[in-house]
Amino acid sequence: MKAPDFDYLRPSSLDVALAMLIEHDGEAMPLAGGQSLMPMMNFRVAAPEALIDLADLTELRGITVDTDTVRIGAMTRYAELMSDPTVQAHIPLIGMALPHIAHDAVRNRGTIGGSLALADPAAEMPALMLALDASIEVAGPDGTRMIKADDFFLGMFETALDDELITAIHVPVATPAQRFGFHELTQRHGDYALAGVAIAKTDDSYCAAFFGVADRATRVPELEAALTRQDNIKTVLTHLDQIDFTDDLKANHTTRQRLAGVALTRALKGMTQ
Amino acid sequence: MTGPAHIFDKPNRYIGQPEPRADAARLLQGRGRFVDDEKLPRMVHAAFVRSPHAHAKILSVDTEDALSATGVIAIYTGADLAEHVTPYIGTLTHLTGLRSAPQHPLAMDVARWQGEPVVMVVATSRALAEDACELVDVDYDELPAAVNSETALDADTPVIHPEFGSNLAWERDVIAGDIDAAFAAPGVHVIEREFRFGRHTGVTLESRGTLCEYDPSEDQLTVYYSGQAPHMMQVIFSKHLGLPEENVRVISNDVGGSFGIKIHTYGDEIATAAAAKLLRRPVKFIADRFESFVTDIHARDHIVKAKMGITEAGTIVGIDFDDLTGIGPFSMYPRTSAIECNQVLNLTGAPYVMENYRAKGRVVFQNKTLMCQYRAVGHPIAMAIADGLLEDAARKIGMDPVALRELNLMADDSYPRTSATGMKLDDLSHKRALRKLTEIMDYQGLRADQTEARKDGIYRGIGFVSMVEVTNPSPMFYGIGGAPIASQDGATVRLDAGGALHVSSSITEQGQGTNAILAQIAAGVFGIALNRVKVTTGDTATTPYGGGTWASRGAGIGGEAMLLAAQALKDQVLDVAGVMLQTGVEKLDIRDGAVTDLDGKERLPLADLARTVYYRGNELPNDLNPELIATRHYRVTDFPFVFTNGAMAAHVEVDTETGFVKVLHFWAVEDCGRVINPLLVDEQIRGGVVQGIGGALYEECHYSPDGQFLNATMADYMVPMASEMPDITIAHIETPTKTSVLGAKGAGEAGTGGAPAAILNAVNDALSPMGASIWQMPMTPERILTMLDNAAE
Ligand SMILES: Cc1cc2nc3c(=O)[nH]c(=O)nc-3n(C[C@H](O)[C@H](O)[C@H](O)COP(=O)(O)OP(=O)(O)OC[C@H]3O[C@@H](n4cnc5c(N)ncnc54)[C@H](O)[C@@H]3O)c2cc1C
Repeated sequence: MKAPDFDYLRPSSLDVALAMLIEHDGEAMPLAGGQSLMPMMNFRVAAPEALIDLADLTELRGITVDTDTVRIGAMTRYAELMSDPTVQAHIPLIGMALPHIAHDAVRNRGTIGGSLALADPAAEMPALMLALDASIEVAGPDGTRMIKADDFFLGMFETALDDELITAIHVPVATPAQRFGFHELTQRHGDYALAGVAIAKTDDSYCAAFFGVADRATRVPELEAALTRQDNIKTVLTHLDQIDFTDDLKANHTTRQRLAGVALTRALKGMTQ
Repeated sequence: MTGPAHIFDKPNRYIGQPEPRADAARLLQGRGRFVDDEKLPRMVHAAFVRSPHAHAKILSVDTEDALSATGVIAIYTGADLAEHVTPYIGTLTHLTGLRSAPQHPLAMDVARWQGEPVVMVVATSRALAEDACELVDVDYDELPAAVNSETALDADTPVIHPEFGSNLAWERDVIAGDIDAAFAAPGVHVIEREFRFGRHTGVTLESRGTLCEYDPSEDQLTVYYSGQAPHMMQVIFSKHLGLPEENVRVISNDVGGSFGIKIHTYGDEIATAAAAKLLRRPVKFIADRFESFVTDIHARDHIVKAKMGITEAGTIVGIDFDDLTGIGPFSMYPRTSAIECNQVLNLTGAPYVMENYRAKGRVVFQNKTLMCQYRAVGHPIAMAIADGLLEDAARKIGMDPVALRELNLMADDSYPRTSATGMKLDDLSHKRALRKLTEIMDYQGLRADQTEARKDGIYRGIGFVSMVEVTNPSPMFYGIGGAPIASQDGATVRLDAGGALHVSSSITEQGQGTNAILAQIAAGVFGIALNRVKVTTGDTATTPYGGGTWASRGAGIGGEAMLLAAQALKDQVLDVAGVMLQTGVEKLDIRDGAVTDLDGKERLPLADLARTVYYRGNELPNDLNPELIATRHYRVTDFPFVFTNGAMAAHVEVDTETGFVKVLHFWAVEDCGRVINPLLVDEQIRGGVVQGIGGALYEECHYSPDGQFLNATMADYMVPMASEMPDITIAHIETPTKTSVLGAKGAGEAGTGGAPAAILNAVNDALSPMGASIWQMPMTPERILTMLDNAAE
């Protein structure tokens, strides 16, 4: 379990980093916190020719509020998110989710950009981005573009990134009309969820994003509509049938569907007041 | 010799005291010396090409590209090493009928489990060795695999060793009384359940590792070895590499956990030694986590169909069961893989008075990782069968499970006696342990809480186990069957010129505090401050000869040898002191590092005595031959094993919507005889309970139908972590064993042996209002939900 040989590059600016990505023509990988990439390399599942360490890119750092959006640099670590007053004040859902993401040691290194770029179907952050209607700011050779979270996650470990780097995440500031809910079910504390859901309610309308249930973080429009209509919970849960639930060693698809229902029910009960 | 009372009653005795262990600071400061910390000049590294198939013919091995890869020093195939290593077979004569085939360090013509080492690559770094492994081209012809133990004996299942004609490795029947008649008697309820115990493994924090150095000038092999039994490994390396025994030195410095994993013959380790000999330079092999999962021995993997008969009044009339266990493609050398099944046959129901007993055990080969002795060998199965059925029976006849145990447990004053299976039992305290347990846990209070909580739809359960643990094994365990495994241990203690003691022992330290208790015993018995005792263990060149640490034997056997040696040295020192002080030895004692009068008044500091002996012998009479060193050995003689007992309880909450189980609290009352250091004993029990929780709720090696290990990572194979560990309250009863002066029995495996049964019972107690129950471990959310669904239908 030793990584194959690779070059280690440490660009000092975003432009240099992008140029390096192009130069290696798909054979280089950006390195953020390394909490997913390093194990993948040690397992020899990933074998990049070069690692482009994003550590020195100031463009990818910082948390700023710009009237109705919070911009979070891609290299912001979970631990920084947890202690940041801006995030706490303006994006309560992140604060609710963070204690469930791994453990301190991983949170001290893992980054929000890394989690989104990886697009692990069981990760919390992609679902949060869907629930929060966030936009993902990416930079490539042709400049910068914004991708709506709804258009970003294309499948298991698959995103809309195209030789690009995530530079930041833009999350709308929570309004007084909003309420949030979060629940995830794990057998051990800090594990990836067997099923989980993040909910943002704006006035009476619901946005609910599930994670750990299918090949990617998933919203079910009919289910959200049923919640908005205040259908009874049994009816709401029937719409989970729309999800193509994952089967794995920890839970088969039937169990997962059931657990997704429990997570949703409990998240609704625990909505912020 | 001054008597036992004196040892345990004197002021500075140390034995029984919660002394902090001397090595804790060193280990916490990162100054431990594990195998991977050793770096020798010219050292190279091994990696292995392992079979990707559960069962495959090896058609050809092409190493050409790999040989020319950067850093590669040598590449060996099975055939290459077979010229230098004799094969080994994991059978023992006292396990009559046990069969296994010869094993080579690397697979020869056929690979028989996924992960079996096939080709060894030695390179200047582990990373380069792994690179070259990718260039080795092995052509396999995949064969159908025998994976499922339930079908291993079916006619259409491939036979792993055709010469045996079937996949049966061993079988044994144990019969006592007349079980059929007992079950057929009027008024007897027969409870029947099928238990399934998942395969799991030890997951040591430090993975297996060896660093082997061969010196051709002296034909000397030195092995730095992360293991439990250095002398056993010395014999194995010597025998199979063709070296004189005395030319093999095995050194086990710090070892980061073992649990029975590091006491076997692993092909990759033997290959490492062979490569070191062939290359005449040091070769290191450190198993990575994936290799650990697919090659460290696994354990459990039992399917048990069991019945218990019980009268309406609650008397157990007998147990009848059939145990089927899969052990992988070979029986592990040299301890064999039949011991776990044998323990299940021997130990089931051992706490209870019972006249009728019938048990059948079958051990079958399969194309999975080898199975062998992991902490609490057989115990969790045996305890879950008897106590699981007992609590099921209690529900059936409407009796409280504690009351039912009270009725059937062997009385504390009824020893010595034998169990239904003929095990010799003595010095046990089941009833006192159970009473103490119900007191410390406030049983009545918990029951009241349970009733209240159910009204709110919260399902809590309380489960118990009354258990025995096999400890301090005599030669009847392995030696009798021909294994090179010492059942005796030795200890040497030396008084140095500065007045300090240096002790060495053949028992070994893997983190449990062996060295700490050796120092406590030596200091307490001899009469010196604890911090003036230095301890050496884990080196065949410098310690007495002995078995090492396994089967909860270190404290009981090695500790007794230490006590005897310290006592002998004390007598020898007093002989010298008597002459120097012109006083009768019966009037002298040793306390706090000085020879004293019996009332404690100092007469002669030990340093003065030792310096006189070592430097100024001219001051002593010529006919005095001072011996300031003593060695004693000890083995258990009158009993095959020294049994301990315990009573444990689990309090759990089952989330009936998700199937999740939370262990709210765990209690253990242990009788391990004399407690030498309560801190260490308590942590042994706690750690054991946590591993038991792992077996009960989380840990399982999953295989695909074609024999692929599906969850060989720490993310997918779930061990309980800090958040999953409940508070564990521990209390002791001390019934010293009469087999030794020290009176210590073992304590290392009780938690692992007992906890699964207690948790199973607690979960079933919680599920009982829904009419559901579960008999499969680990009790995963999905399995619990399935049982709830079945009950609701
Ligand atoms: C023990 C453990 C438990 C964990 N538990 C959880 C959990 O419960 N929930 C959870 O969500 N995660 C969990 N994780 C994963 C963790 O959150 C990772 O840190 C995260 O998924 C990736 O972030 P990173 O910064 O470490 O990224 P890296 O590992 O450095 O990179 C991940 C991937 O993203 C790419 N990448 C990184 N940054 C960028 C960027 N700015 N632009 C484009 N591509 C980029 C990399 O090339 C790589 O492919 C766990 C990890 C461990 C080790």
